[in-house]
Amino acid sequence: MLEKEGQVRIPAGCAISGFISRDGNRICGDKIVKSISYMHDRSNGLGGGFAGYGIYPEYKEQYAFHIFYDSNESRVETERFLDRHFDVVNLSRIPTRKHPNITHEPLIWRYFVTPLPTKLAESQLDEREFAAQCVININDRIKGSYVFSSGKNMGVFKAVGYPEDVGEFYRLEEYAGYAWTAHGRYPTNTPGWWGGAHPFALLDYTIVHNGEISSYDANRRYIEMFGYKCNLLTDTEVITYIIDYLNRKLNIGLEDIAKIIAAPFWSEIESGRYSNEEREKLKYFRNVFSSLLITGPFSIILGFEGGLMALNDRLKLRSMVAAEKDDMVYLASEECAIRAICPELDRIWSPRGGEPVIVKLNEKK
Amino acid sequence: MALNYFQPLFDVIRDKDRCIKCRACERQCANEVHHYDAELDKMISNSQTCVDCQRCVCICPTSALKITDNPNKFRNNSNWSQRVMTEVYKQAETGGVLLCAMGNPKEYPVYWDKILLNASQVTNPPIDPLREPMETRVFLGKKPRSVTFKEDGSIDTKITPTLELSTPIMFSAMSYGSISRNAHESLARAAAELGIYYNTGEGGLHKDFYKYGPNTIVQVASGRFGVFKDYLETGAAIEIKMGQGAKPGIGGHLPGAKILEDVSKTRMIPMGTDAISPAPHHDIYSIEDLRQLVFSLKEATEYKKPIIVKIAAVHNVAAIASGIARSGADIIAIDGYRGGTGAAPTRIRDNVGIPIELALASVDQRLRDEGIRNEVSVVVAGSVRSSSDVVKAIALGADACYIGTAALLALGCHLCRSCQTGKCNWGIATQRPDLVKRLNPNIGYHRLVNLVHAWDHEIKEMIGGMGINSIEALRGNRLMLRGIGLNEKELEILGIRHAGQ
Amino acid sequence: MKKVYVNEEWCLACHLCEYYCAAANSGAENMIKAFANGKKPISAIQVEESDSINFAVQCRHCPVPLCVKSCITGALSVKDGVVSCDESRCVGCYTCVLACPYGCIVTSEQSKVIRKCDLCTKNNNGDPVCVKGCPNRAIVFEER
Repeated sequence: MLEKEGQVRIPAGCAISGFISRDGNRICGDKIVKSISYMHDRSNGLGGGFAGYGIYPEYKEQYAFHIFYDSNESRVETERFLDRHFDVVNLSRIPTRKHPNITHEPLIWRYFVTPLPTKLAESQLDEREFAAQCVININDRIKGSYVFSSGKNMGVFKAVGYPEDVGEFYRLEEYAGYAWTAHGRYPTNTPGWWGGAHPFALLDYTIVHNGEISSYDANRRYIEMFGYKCNLLTDTEVITYIIDYLNRKLNIGLEDIAKIIAAPFWSEIESGRYSNEEREKLKYFRNVFSSLLITGPFSIILGFEGGLMALNDRLKLRSMVAAEKDDMVYLASEECAIRAICPELDRIWSPRGGEPVIVKLNEKK
Repeated sequence: MALNYFQPLFDVIRDKDRCIKCRACERQCANEVHHYDAELDKMISNSQTCVDCQRCVCICPTSALKITDNPNKFRNNSNWSQRVMTEVYKQAETGGVLLCAMGNPKEYPVYWDKILLNASQVTNPPIDPLREPMETRVFLGKKPRSVTFKEDGSIDTKITPTLELSTPIMFSAMSYGSISRNAHESLARAAAELGIYYNTGEGGLHKDFYKYGPNTIVQVASGRFGVFKDYLETGAAIEIKMGQGAKPGIGGHLPGAKILEDVSKTRMIPMGTDAISPAPHHDIYSIEDLRQLVFSLKEATEYKKPIIVKIAAVHNVAAIASGIARSGADIIAIDGYRGGTGAAPTRIRDNVGIPIELALASVDQRLRDEGIRNEVSVVVAGSVRSSSDVVKAIALGADACYIGTAALLALGCHLCRSCQTGKCNWGIATQRPDLVKRLNPNIGYHRLVNLVHAWDHEIKEMIGGMGINSIEALRGNRLMLRGIGLNEKELEILGIRHAGQ
Repeated sequence: MKKVYVNEEWCLACHLCEYYCAAANSGAENMIKAFANGKKPISAIQVEESDSINFAVQCRHCPVPLCVKSCITGALSVKDGVVSCDESRCVGCYTCVLACPYGCIVTSEQSKVIRKCDLCTKNNNGDPVCVKGCPNRAIVFEER
C-alpha cells in the first residue's frame, strides 16, 4: 500500500507563481490560475493550490479556518473543539464546482472564528499563539481533520489535481485579493491526499515551494523542539514553521530570516564585503541558528499579511524570476508564467541565491 | 618457570633468507624479543615477551619479519575459549586483577557498520565539493534561547563562550603521563594548525605547551592533577571528566615509575609517587554538586570559557545528559564503551557501558524531547574510526567527535594494547626517554594534520553527495541514515529506518 | 649547498643508516644481496652511541677539507662541494684518516682503500640513502 504524507517523506518537483499589488488593489483569482497554468508541465496532476490575501474583507477580524474532513464524525469532533475554544462567527461549506479532473474530494469547510476571551486568558498566550496551538492540536490529534488555512483575511485552496483544475474547482474567479500565490506539484509518489497539496499555511503565513531540501530532518527535529509537529514530512511544512518561529516568535525580520535559512557561505562572510557589525551578525546567525540553515534546492514564495517574500537556496539550484510592472510585483518559477498575465513588464530579473525579494503593501495614504 | 600453563600469544617468524642481521629489531624492541647470538651468528627471537606492536616488522629493512598468532591451540571449546582459559591461568598465577589497555576488542556489534548513508539522485542534485563551497565549520557551546534586540532594533550578538572548529573533529583527552611529551606536542601542534582542539587529559599541561592554549581543552578530573589558575586560564575550554568509556565507574592509576621529573612537575605531585584518580570526584556525589563545580570553574575563569562535562556512556546516559544540560555546562562529551585507555581492569573495559551510537541517539532525542538540545553541544567519543563514522555520528545528532585511538594510530600505534606496561615501542604510551624520542613530533604532528585533512575531504564528499553543503544541515538529520541488519528495537533507539524503507 | 645533517635529539641508534649506506654503495642490487653469504659491505656513516645520546657521523664535506690536502695520491678531491674518493687511486696510506678532525673516513678489513660519504652521488639513489632510510627523520639533507 502506498503511504501518504506524514507516513513517508515524498520528494517533489514543482511550479510556483505569485504576485502582489503594492497599492493593495484587489485582483481577481482567475489571474493566478492563468499564470500557473502556463507551467502545466512542471506539475503532474498530483497537487495544486492557491493562497489569496485580502479575500475576506468582511471577516477581516476573524481567523478563517479552512478544514478538510474525512468524515462527518471528524467534523463533529472538530466543531466541538472549535466551540470550546472559539466564538464561531460564520461557518459553511467552501463553494466548489464539480470538475471531471478533481475527484475524491473530502468535506471542505470554512469557519470564521475569534478566540473565546476566557479561554485565551486562561491559556496565558497571545492571540496568535493561541490560534496556532489550536490548529496544531486539531491537525495532530483529531483523526480525519486537517486545518489547511488559518489566517485572517486570507485563505488557502488546494486539492489533488492540476492547479488550473483546482482553481476552477474552488471557483477562484469569485474571489479577489491584493496578493496571490500558486503551486503546481510534481511528487515522485502518488499519495492522493488533499492535505499534502500546497500551499502549506499556519496563521497568515503560507508557503509555496519548489525543491527538495537536503537539510530536512535536521530542520524538522530542531523546530519540533518548539512545539511544532511536522506531521506531513514535507519541506513546505517545515519551512513554514521555521519562518513562523523566527518571525512571529522571535521577532526576527524577514531580511534577517533569509540570512539564517539561506545563510551566506563563510567565504563570503569573511570576504571583507561586510562591515564588522554585519559580519558579527552573520556569524551569530550561523552559530545560533545553525540547525535552521536550509540546504539543497528550494525556491519559495512566502505569503504573509501585507506582503510576499521570494527566496532561493544559496546555490540557486532552482529557477525563479521576479518582475515589476507599475505597482505590481510578480514572482514565478518561469518567466512565461509572468508574461502570461502581464506581457509588458517594467523590469524582470533573476534574484541571486539567498537574496530575498521582499514586497510589502505601500503605507495607506 | 618449570611449567608454562599458557603459551605465548604470538609467533615471531623470521625469514632467514631475508634477514641481514642488522639487529635493528633487537635495538628497537623494548620487550627484548630479538637478540643476536654472536656464537651462532644468528638472530634469535623469544616470542614469550612479544606484544605484537609491529615495531620490528615496520623497521626491518628487508621485510624479514612477521608476527602471527601462535598457532598452538587449546582444545576447541565454544564456551571456554583459549582467551578465557588463559585469563584463568594468569590469575591463578598472579592473584591479581587483569589489566589491559586501549578499547574493548570483543566482538560486540559495531553500529557504525550497520548504518548506511544516503545520496542524492534526480530529485535534488548532489554537490561537488571541488566546484562549490562545502562547509565543515562548527561551533560548540550553549545557544541563547531567544534573540535579544538592542535599543536601535539591531540584534545583540554577544553569546556565551563558544569553541569554533574548522571541522567537527577534536583529539580526545589523553594525559601527559599516560602518553609521552612528544605525543602531546604532536597533538597540540596539529590542533593548532588544523584550527581544532586537543585535550590535555587529567595530567595537567606542560609549561612548554601553554603556547598552544587557544587550541587546548584543559581537563579537571577527580585527581585534580596539575589544576591551578594559570592552567584553567590557558585553555580554550575546561572539561570536567566524570567518566571514561573504557572504564566507567573506575578512576585512574598512573604508576610511580611513570612519574618522572617533568610529569611530576606538570601533575604537581612528588616524583615516583603513584598518581591515583578516585572513582568519583569527592566533591560530586550528585547532579547538584556537579552544577557547583561547573559554576566554580566558570567563576574562576570569569565566564569566558565553555565548560565541558565528559561522561561514560552508561545505561541511563540520556537522563544523566539531561541533568548535565541543566547544570550550566556548555558541552557534553559522551564516551562509548569502545573508547581507549592507557590502562584499565579488563573486566571493566570489556563489560561495562554501552555503544556510543546508541548512547548518542538516545541522548540527542532526549534533549530534543525536553526542548533543551540548544542548552548544550554534544561531542561523542569511543571509537570513531573514520570520516564515515563522523558523518554518521553527526547525522545521529552529534555536534562533533573526539578521536583518540585514530589519532594514536596516526602517530604509529598498532593497537598492541600494552600501554599499561610503559614500554611502548612507538614512543607514545611511555615515559622512557629512549622510547619517547622515537616519536618525532615534527613527523607526528604532520601525520595528524594529514589524517584530519583527509577525513575533512571525505566528509565533504559524503555530505556533498547528499546534497548538503554545510555540516550543520547534517546534524541530527537522521533521514540521511538507514539501518542494515538491525532489529526494530535498535532502529527505534537509533531513530532511523531500515534500508529499503 | 645541501648537505647531510644529523639531529641527535631524534637519532634512535637503530643503525639502519649504516645498512642503507653500505648496501647502496656496495654495487649490489638490493640489501639482501649486498649482505648475502656473509658479505659485510662498509658504510660511510657510523652511529656513535652513548647512554643517552646517539649520533650518526659522516663526512661534513668541509669547505677547506683537510683530508684532500693530506691525500698523497690525489685520490681525494672536491667537485661541486662534494668531497669524494677515487678508489682506483687510493693506496690505503690512511693519512686522510689521521687528518680528518671528525673521524669520518672509514676503513675496513675487507678492503685496503678507504670509504667515505659522497652524498650518494656515485649511485643511482638520488638523495642520500641514509636520509631516506632514517625512520625518525634524524638525518636530513638540506641547505643550512
